Amino acid sequence: MRRYLVPAIPLSIVLVLGGFFYVGLYRSPGYIPSPFVGKPAPQFSLPDLKDPKLTLSTADLKKSRLTLFNVWGTWCVECRQEHPFLVELAKHTKIPIYGLDWNDEREAALAWLADLGDPYQKVGFDKLGDAAIDWGVYGAPETFLIDGDGMVLLKHISPMTPEVWEQEFLPIIRAHCGTLPCPLVDSE
Amino acid sequence: MIRGAAVLLVGLLGCAGAVYAIDSQPAFEDPTLQARYVKLIHELRCLVCQNETIADSNADLAAELRRSVHQMIAKGQSDRQILDFLKARYGDFVLYRPPLEPKTWLLWGAPGILLVIGALVFVHIVRQRASQPMDEDAA
Repeated sequence: MRRYLVPAIPLSIVLVLGGFFYVGLYRSPGYIPSPFVGKPAPQFSLPDLKDPKLTLSTADLKKSRLTLFNVWGTWCVECRQEHPFLVELAKHTKIPIYGLDWNDEREAALAWLADLGDPYQKVGFDKLGDAAIDWGVYGAPETFLIDGDGMVLLKHISPMTPEVWEQEFLPIIRAHCGTLPCPLVDSE
Repeated sequence: MIRGAAVLLVGLLGCAGAVYAIDSQPAFEDPTLQARYVKLIHELRCLVCQNETIADSNADLAAELRRSVHQMIAKGQSDRQILDFLKARYGDFVLYRPPLEPKTWLLWGAPGILLVIGALVFVHIVRQRASQPMDEDAA
């Protein structure tokens, strides 16, 4: 018995470490879970990009039963990549999209919306990135799903694509609707 | 002589780097506030370039986080309040040293556990060898 015990120790260490590494192999190191999921959205207030007299604040994000809040910037290549799909979503769903223009120049951001289309109800203009820190933003694009009570239901980091929408967002949206068809996302 | 001076100069440059970190000039004139600032930015992880602290990183996000830490110190917040503020927004990951809590016990304990296991194996092998007759080793 003792003869097997000693060699078994290094073997079990290798197996345990191997297990950790194997799991780690399939996890994205860039993905950091947001502590906001399941908690209220942070309080913030920013001037509106399109009309600086208006503001975008947490209250705006609670107006609808569900709301998308998308962090972008004109310097962000992947934001350009996801933008056409956001325009699609704005056209085909009843979920309002609000934006957070992060670390940007107003003229560049307005030109971007004029060129590529404007899916946003309002866009908070966060020139210095203070609101982004409040939201725990670390890499645009990021998209939050928020319910009517201002709770964060989901945070997606990296571009929004049809696959991400179907696999990550729709199940939560449908669960929130509770009915089939879900009037928020199904056009009759 | 010249070599000595050169060594001293390089050594001093190293110190300067440690004191002012990445900012072109000290963030605070008050040395105690500056010391707190330097200590805090070495405790926080840059989330874009994950193996760097915000004191080491050139990323825009790191610069914004340094500015945020600077503002909070200037407003008179304590180190604890500042770390908690960022932890509430970015999670434990933003802390360069993982906190000691039930889910990280294994993480913190693993080196000690592995050392103990290694020591036990070592003692076992040494005892076994010691109990063997000498000539067997030679053969």
